[in-house]
Amino acid sequence: MWKTILRRVLLMIPQVIILSVLIFLLAKMMPGDPFAGLINPNQDPKVIETLREAAGLNDPWYEQYFRWIGNASQGDFGQSFMFKLPVATLIAGRVGNTIALALVSVIITYLIAIPFGLLAGRYQNSWFDKMVIVYNFFSFAVPLFIFALIMLFAFGYRLDWFPTSGTVTVGLDKGSLPYYFDKFKHLILPGLTQALLGTAVTIQYLRSEVIDVKNMDFVRTARSKGVPTNKIFNRHIFRNASLPIASQLGYEITALIAGSVVIEKIFAFPGVGKLFIDSIIQRDYSVINALVLILGLATLIGTLISDIVMSIVDPRIRIQ
Amino acid sequence: MTKIIQIKDLKVHYPIRSGFFNRVTDHVLAVDGVDFTIEQGKTYGLVGESGSGKSTTGKAIIGLEKITSGQIIYQGKDVTKASSRKAIKYNKDVQMIFQDSMSSLNPKKRVLDIIAEPIRNFERLSDQEEKQKVKGLLDIVGMPEDALYKYPHEFSGGQRQRLGVARAVATNPKLIIADEPVSALDLSVQAQVLNFMKNIQQEYGLSYLFISHDLGVVKHMCDNIAVMYKGRFVEIGTRNDIYNDPRHIYTKRLLSAIPKIDVANREGHKAHRRIVEQEYREHYHKFYDETGRVYDLRTITETHQVALKKGDAE
Amino acid sequence: MEKGNEPLLEVSHLQTGFRIKDDYYNAVDDVSFSLEKNEILAIVGESGCGKSTLATTIMGLHDENKTKVAGEILYNGLNLTTFNETLYNKVRGNDIGMIFQDPLSALNPLMRIDEQIKESLSYHTNMNAQQKQERAIQLLTQVGIPNPERVARQYPHELSGGMRQRVIIAIAIACKPPILIADEPTTALDVTIQAQILDLLKDLQAETGSGIILITHDLGVVAEMADRVAVMYAGQFVEVATDAELFENPKHPYTRSLLQSIPQENSDSTALHVIEGVVPSLSKLPRQGCRFAPRIPWIPIDEHEENPSLHEIAPEHYVRCTCYQHFHFRDGKEEA
Repeated sequence: MWKTILRRVLLMIPQVIILSVLIFLLAKMMPGDPFAGLINPNQDPKVIETLREAAGLNDPWYEQYFRWIGNASQGDFGQSFMFKLPVATLIAGRVGNTIALALVSVIITYLIAIPFGLLAGRYQNSWFDKMVIVYNFFSFAVPLFIFALIMLFAFGYRLDWFPTSGTVTVGLDKGSLPYYFDKFKHLILPGLTQALLGTAVTIQYLRSEVIDVKNMDFVRTARSKGVPTNKIFNRHIFRNASLPIASQLGYEITALIAGSVVIEKIFAFPGVGKLFIDSIIQRDYSVINALVLILGLATLIGTLISDIVMSIVDPRIRIQ
Repeated sequence: MTKIIQIKDLKVHYPIRSGFFNRVTDHVLAVDGVDFTIEQGKTYGLVGESGSGKSTTGKAIIGLEKITSGQIIYQGKDVTKASSRKAIKYNKDVQMIFQDSMSSLNPKKRVLDIIAEPIRNFERLSDQEEKQKVKGLLDIVGMPEDALYKYPHEFSGGQRQRLGVARAVATNPKLIIADEPVSALDLSVQAQVLNFMKNIQQEYGLSYLFISHDLGVVKHMCDNIAVMYKGRFVEIGTRNDIYNDPRHIYTKRLLSAIPKIDVANREGHKAHRRIVEQEYREHYHKFYDETGRVYDLRTITETHQVALKKGDAE
Repeated sequence: MEKGNEPLLEVSHLQTGFRIKDDYYNAVDDVSFSLEKNEILAIVGESGCGKSTLATTIMGLHDENKTKVAGEILYNGLNLTTFNETLYNKVRGNDIGMIFQDPLSALNPLMRIDEQIKESLSYHTNMNAQQKQERAIQLLTQVGIPNPERVARQYPHELSGGMRQRVIIAIAIACKPPILIADEPTTALDVTIQAQILDLLKDLQAETGSGIILITHDLGVVAEMADRVAVMYAGQFVEVATDAELFENPKHPYTRSLLQSIPQENSDSTALHVIEGVVPSLSKLPRQGCRFAPRIPWIPIDEHEENPSLHEIAPEHYVRCTCYQHFHFRDGKEEA
């Protein structure tokens, strides 16, 4: 099994290279460049041209590419045009927030989805199951931004249970317990909002898997052995029904790391998602390139994690 | 008797990839060198257990499996390559009946379209002519006319299988490859399908390659039989040769395993089975080489060939 | 039946009704039989006759919401049809073991073989972990699996069909139940493996003295294995006899027709006998009259009973309906 994992990891290297070239070329093909936004109608075009030349924007693309990738592997992604900061610093400051939010989201999602999905499947057509189905429809139908606004309004403003923006309240001592507690408080509302709508797919999957597995022959064998119903659900049905969820795990994490732009915008949460949108609008190429590269890497890693989890959980997939 | 088709040293090997770079390390020898001839109007039986390669052989002959090496000669022409098959409209003459009638009939198509499909591939008939022809085919397999516009799921297993037979006969083929056509059917339904197959053979003078694991059915249907094991033939002969004078220990073992309707002597059968098993173990090395591979076939009589070590032909 | 020997299982007037659109249709209709110690009772029939439903009803594995069961299943003086799930769980595996048809799907693909065997032991015995492991290995040896320690740690997909079926048998006999129900145990297997599995079942029975209900559609298997046979058609037993008697003196038209359809026994004839018509679907079952009558239309109506019941026409030989008396095949053939 380790050989397979090693092979997968090594295969990622050419994948990453191709990814980076594609990203670079796509970015270059976008209309406009960092200086387009600068154009002062009174500025002499020749001056802008000189600036372009100086920034190396007229060099052949592969030269620009190698320059970029060379710097990138040393952690230098260039300078952010918007914030006048090194891109690396900019991203580093945000990525931690996004990851924290992602973790909280994932945990809440599975905390809700797993029991709901399993119980809905087990007690099919009961009132509980019907409620879960209605909840699922709701989750699919309601747009995230409306839901987020409602949550923000209800729990943030009206009830004042949670803070409404940022990651932490100003004035707390960094590193102290109240500091971390406060940080956590800031994560709950956005995390919960994201999770409540995100559970839909997982619940759906689990529920239908449980219904399918319930009717499979090996469950009948277990019953014929005299295994009590509870144990059948816990021991036989749960594990078999969870298989597709295990494979989803990697993707979930990747998607969340990409950051939910909507959530971050609405909760004014300084994460990677918001940075992403802003940099696209502003044509801040250094940031865009860096972010897409990182997200691409995250996707590859997410897929790898999914594959590894699947081969651990399902003995049929393990390659000898 | 006219030879319809000749199979020469047919091999179908599947590569196995393993190791770090997914290199081809070994092969699965699904079919590993079989020779036989089917004559016009006769039924040739291919018998074996799972993994013997009998289905793969059938699929290779009809063109569903890629042939690794060997030759298929149809009416004097070499049809091993797909291009040569297409050139002489091979599949108009050679058709197939499958085991699982549920999955081999397109569930979204009506019976008319399912049976007419092979006709449409090779002929240009008007709608009227086509409908007439399909009605005639339904009649041959004893299905009512109103089946034309129904879907496969509206029929029982036996009825679907008969539709499969009708489809196979649609282009007036010379050879039909039947891959376990009745294995999934109940006894009485099985009888019906087999009867139809025999009738059609009589009327159209066509040949069958009858692939089955059921020695009872094969005994009833086939003139000549080949017993297959791990991709090779262990014994070839007429029905009489195989059932009354089996020579290879595998054939003997297979025959002794068939449950017999003879209640009074069943203890005797069990004892006989035990003896055959013992004989199998003791004489194993005589019939299989060191790698477990079956030897080449040696001629015993004009019709009877057995896979024996060189010089062992009794 | 020897006097003084209590039957292991006594089934009386068992009915299993499936709900189709507000009404119940009996897939098993008024079936009665007893199973003795040390005997193999074969229940033979084609698909749709209700034999599998009979097996699941005896095990209590039917769907409570869609099925209605009437009648009695007496075991040790208790009527199993009155049992709830908890009580039934005590009986399943411990007193009645079941062997299933498709060995691949009947095993949990994510559990090791020894775990699946030990599970049965966990709920019916007080063995500790080590004892259970030893018993699992012992069972694997008993069913003829080579290298039992290695196989015990494997997963179902790593074994061949024949091996998996042996594992299913090991699971079924783990707690030494006196009754075994084998539902088409060899249908999915090669003929040589089938012979081995059937021999194994017979040997196990001789060792333990258990009673086996063998459900099959293969008359050859019946001939080789059974002590007594019940032929089932459209939810009812149409003929019950000892094995020898059934094949020597078949009486019911269905039995006789089936015997004419067997290819290997009739290999010299050009055409095999075909039973006209089709098996009636559940919702179209006639509530009265001989159910086989539509399939032998050339036999006059008055040959059939209005409410056909099982008659004992010879010691231990029962036939349903009176149509057997003057039955002949359409072409006049009398002989089976």
